[in-house]
Amino acid sequence: MAPRDRGAAEPAGRRELLSAGDVARTVARMAHQVIERTALDVSDATPVVLLGIPTRGAPLASRLAARVAEFSGVHVPTGVLDVTLYRDDLRRKPTRPLGTTELPPDGVDDRLVILVDDVLYSGRTIRAALDALRDAGRPRAVQLAVLVDRGHRELPIRADYVGKNVPTSRTEEVHVQLQETDGRDAVLLQRKGDPA
Amino acid sequence: MKHLLATDGLDADTATAVLDTAEELKHVLLGREVKKLPTLRGRTVVTMFYEASTRTRVSFEIAGKWMSADVINVSASGSSVGKGESLRDTALTLAAAGADCVIVRHPASGAAHRLAGWLTEAGTSVVNAGDGTHEHPTQALLDAATLRERLGDIAGRRIAIVGDVLHSRVARSNVHLLTTLGAEVVLVAPPTLLPAHVDRWPVTVSHTLDAELPGLDAVMMLRVQAERMHGGFFPSAREYSIAYGLSEARLRALPEHAVVLHPGPMLRGMEIASAVADSQRAAITQQVANGVHVRMAVLYHLLAHEEEVA
Repeated sequence: MAPRDRGAAEPAGRRELLSAGDVARTVARMAHQVIERTALDVSDATPVVLLGIPTRGAPLASRLAARVAEFSGVHVPTGVLDVTLYRDDLRRKPTRPLGTTELPPDGVDDRLVILVDDVLYSGRTIRAALDALRDAGRPRAVQLAVLVDRGHRELPIRADYVGKNVPTSRTEEVHVQLQETDGRDAVLLQRKGDPA
Repeated sequence: MKHLLATDGLDADTATAVLDTAEELKHVLLGREVKKLPTLRGRTVVTMFYEASTRTRVSFEIAGKWMSADVINVSASGSSVGKGESLRDTALTLAAAGADCVIVRHPASGAAHRLAGWLTEAGTSVVNAGDGTHEHPTQALLDAATLRERLGDIAGRRIAIVGDVLHSRVARSNVHLLTTLGAEVVLVAPPTLLPAHVDRWPVTVSHTLDAELPGLDAVMMLRVQAERMHGGFFPSAREYSIAYGLSEARLRALPEHAVVLHPGPMLRGMEIASAVADSQRAAITQQVANGVHVRMAVLYHLLAHEEEVA
């Protein structure tokens, strides 16, 4: 593999953590891990549901499901779970528009739900997602898959599947870009407040 | 958004954001066993009704409760209003007691604006739930939500508002909101039931319902407000009904896709025939259902954000 000059095309102060190729390989690896851990291709396995958290968790969940289908032949239902109404910081920010919630037709009852998000940081989004999920039904178990874990947890929450662990400072921001939402695939690290 | 006092001056982006939120809330709660969201936990909402109301008060109360706010109802009878307390003092009392939002219905036009002036300093939001013959913005928003559901979009649609426009806050709020959202509004009423400066409104005016029917995407029937009429506005109820009532024959003259709305309470046989009100074309119960989601959305946009610096 040719050495890559990371960040060469990025403006000053911004560093590319994952290239488009890295994102694809990372999602593929996570799909393999999901198949291995959940044994979803075994006949009596608990049925798995992938729920993406908007904005970028939603396309990630679809990609993960496509990879899982490709590697195992099992088509896992996907959905979207918006957590805005369950956030604990609504009164600290301007009005947030609601995202879409789209649960699979058979719901989440007695399924193994894997929540999918782009970046795991404080853990508060996942806390909100667990509350939202409780109102949506009663899964058998809940797991968490994230493309990037950047640390600095404020709650006792950890991910079951991590694409990449990135030690960061609180003065930095991690931006995941996806073809579906941003026109390209990349994970970028930059100083807080710099234009994205 | 700090207050919701009128649709006059409400910009298209804000109105659309509220309608989008309402649509999403409806979608989220659809088919759910427990219709409860934790979003407004710990917020206190007071409804203050100085005029009779069933659907608006109940709808606001349900909306608040489904968002987990604490909802307290104050009516003019049974409160200190009966002892002669002024609107201002009652409002300041409620704000001092910890109300985050006051929802007010009052027979005087402009009451909600006055209230907002007194309560802004206390940080309390005000929602106008109908002030005299002025505005009823949440009714217009729920009508718009229903029209979006039934017709797909509002821009470019031709919508008639028929009947007692003069006394109708619903008509005023709808004229402003629907035209802001790009609809073409035609008012159909006898000259005696049109306001004096209707020529300054962004609408066309007609006195003949039958001529308008074939070109409409929606028709909104208004209640004849006998309680606000002091004098002869039309010769008889029967004559009014013949000229401006939505009969079955008139329903047939509407295009196939056109929707019939009525803000309620309806006077069956007066402005709308009973069979028309119960037909598939009428969206009257859908309007009531949407009322809850729209009011949840309004409370969300008023209360679920950081304090705005006034």
